Amino acid sequence: MENNKVWNSLKRDRMNRIKAAIPYVKIGKVVDAEDTVNLLETVIKPYDKVNIEGDNQKQADYLSECLCQVRKDRVHDLHIVQSSVALGSQLDVFEKGIARKLDYSFSGPQAGRMANMIREGKIELGAIHTYLELYGRYFIDLTPRVALVAAVKADRNGNLYTGFNTEDTPVVVEATKFKQGIVIAQVNEIVDQLPRVDIPGDWVDFVIEAPRPFYVEPLFTRDPALITDVQVLRAMMAIKGIYAEYGVQRLNHGIGFDTAAIELLLPTYGEELGLKGKICSYFGLNPHPTMIPAIESGWVKNIHCFGGENGMENYIRERSDIFFVGPDDSLRSNRAFTQIAGHYALDMFVGGTLQIDKYGNSSTATESRVSGFGGAPNMGCDSRGRRHASGSWLKCGGENGIQSQLTGDLPRGKKLVVQIQETFREKMAPGFVDKLDAWNLAEAADMELPPVMIYGDDLTHIITEEGVAYLHKAESLDERMAAIRAIAGYTEIGMMEKPEETKELRRKGIVKTPEDLDIDVTKANRNMLAAKNVRELVKWSGGLYNPPARFRNW
Amino acid sequence: MALHEMNFTLHADGEIETIPRDWSHTGVVGSGDMEILMKHADLSGKVEVKIVTPVTGFDHVWKRVLEKFVREAKTGDLKIEINDNNATPFIVSMRLKQALIEAKEGFR
Repeated sequence: MENNKVWNSLKRDRMNRIKAAIPYVKIGKVVDAEDTVNLLETVIKPYDKVNIEGDNQKQADYLSECLCQVRKDRVHDLHIVQSSVALGSQLDVFEKGIARKLDYSFSGPQAGRMANMIREGKIELGAIHTYLELYGRYFIDLTPRVALVAAVKADRNGNLYTGFNTEDTPVVVEATKFKQGIVIAQVNEIVDQLPRVDIPGDWVDFVIEAPRPFYVEPLFTRDPALITDVQVLRAMMAIKGIYAEYGVQRLNHGIGFDTAAIELLLPTYGEELGLKGKICSYFGLNPHPTMIPAIESGWVKNIHCFGGENGMENYIRERSDIFFVGPDDSLRSNRAFTQIAGHYALDMFVGGTLQIDKYGNSSTATESRVSGFGGAPNMGCDSRGRRHASGSWLKCGGENGIQSQLTGDLPRGKKLVVQIQETFREKMAPGFVDKLDAWNLAEAADMELPPVMIYGDDLTHIITEEGVAYLHKAESLDERMAAIRAIAGYTEIGMMEKPEETKELRRKGIVKTPEDLDIDVTKANRNMLAAKNVRELVKWSGGLYNPPARFRNW
Repeated sequence: MALHEMNFTLHADGEIETIPRDWSHTGVVGSGDMEILMKHADLSGKVEVKIVTPVTGFDHVWKRVLEKFVREAKTGDLKIEINDNNATPFIVSMRLKQALIEAKEGFR
């Protein structure tokens, strides 16, 4: 028996680091912005796992820039664990040799540069995760030693107000702090009294008033003026062929223009079909401005948000029956909880992708872009741990063409996972392909498996201009593939369609054309949208929606 | 950019119906869209199509789209001129259907 075994080495190490940083602390937990680089050099050690809070929207940009300025002989070989890599500085730490390894989820704007840096060996890629997957690993084998987070306000005792864009902060701080790690927060303002406390002060070690507010990306604003007639058509097919067919009440929408079109058709086309109250009552969703007309028309009972969206602050404040708000009346978003809802409380995910292969697997990855997943796979999968029933879940499961081969006579539900796909995108890039580009990326970046957004066996429906494929009804892979060909239009995949096969699939209800759904394609028109531009969204909101400058084109 | 011109002659099976007026023009050459001029012509039931487009390499797709349109619409004795600006195949087929409806209904 080892009597001299130390069982609190993490705590001792933590105390030593905090002690070394005392000279930089002014009052309470406050460190001046000009001492940030010194503080980081003092509390971060080589090979540490570090989280630089990079969420879908909110970025700890100041702390990230300061981390790029530390001396490489003091801080090096860091292992960065963070959900979103959105800023140049978050990759500069690798360029400068301060960090070496990366585990992450999503890298929208930096996807191209990241692909290059992986190829050049500047980033050692651990894995690309879904959000929940990465959060889970924060508590198991990727626990940050130091977390650099962002909040709107702090008091001198380290209490944080994360407010509207709370997003990932709670999960990052919880994992770091309770495993004896160190939490440093950049805040826009240090005040005496916070509007509410989102993170308790004794979970935070240092607070820094940054020279400018943290960066927030408006990701979810879709200008209705850019929605096309064809998107309106696909939205009509979605509403009639799936939303109404399954009576879907609890759902999530992706961020594309197709789902924006659906949101804007609810008060018009949806109302015409008599669907109000029968579909779309509950959402796990970011506060999409295009939801405003449906909310104002009384369609929606509840929305829980992953994050915020610039310009929606006042609107949400005045609609607390619909959204989750704090005692200060502003939104409380929390990505981890909405992601969990995506798995277990929602009956449908509707999104879009870049490529769907002939089997129904889909991906947004291309050889030159390592864009990652974000939360879409958490939304776009059938959660095998779900046990409660709902009408749409049972109906979809009941139609599952292969369920009886797996569970015999026992009924099991199935989440609706829907991809809305344009057969051709801009520059005639096909939406259906023989083999996903993700295979090339996997090879180029030496990944263990191609990054797939949604696997074919989770996908239940595809909607294109040509029709709806009810893939889960298929009794074999061959039949699924035939259903995909039937709606793939004039792509190479679609041109292999066999008319007699499609006829049989239509008879079995595995494929439905607009005609089968009694939708006249020549009548699909933008005029059906409840709001045709951002200005009309503002009008619907009674002036409460305050769109970012770049969307104010009037 | 140099524009690409294509010409196709198509023929629907069985009874055909032409447009009840000399000509009809629909659409605009906006990005991703096209304009269509339909002219009545005595072509023994055939449809002659001329397309001007910046897109190259998709002649076989145009042919498929046009064949399907003529077959399903059962139309003939028609000259169609299309000025295209990168419309997708589905937009092309939708605009053709809309143009034909307009050519017929606009007459009333």
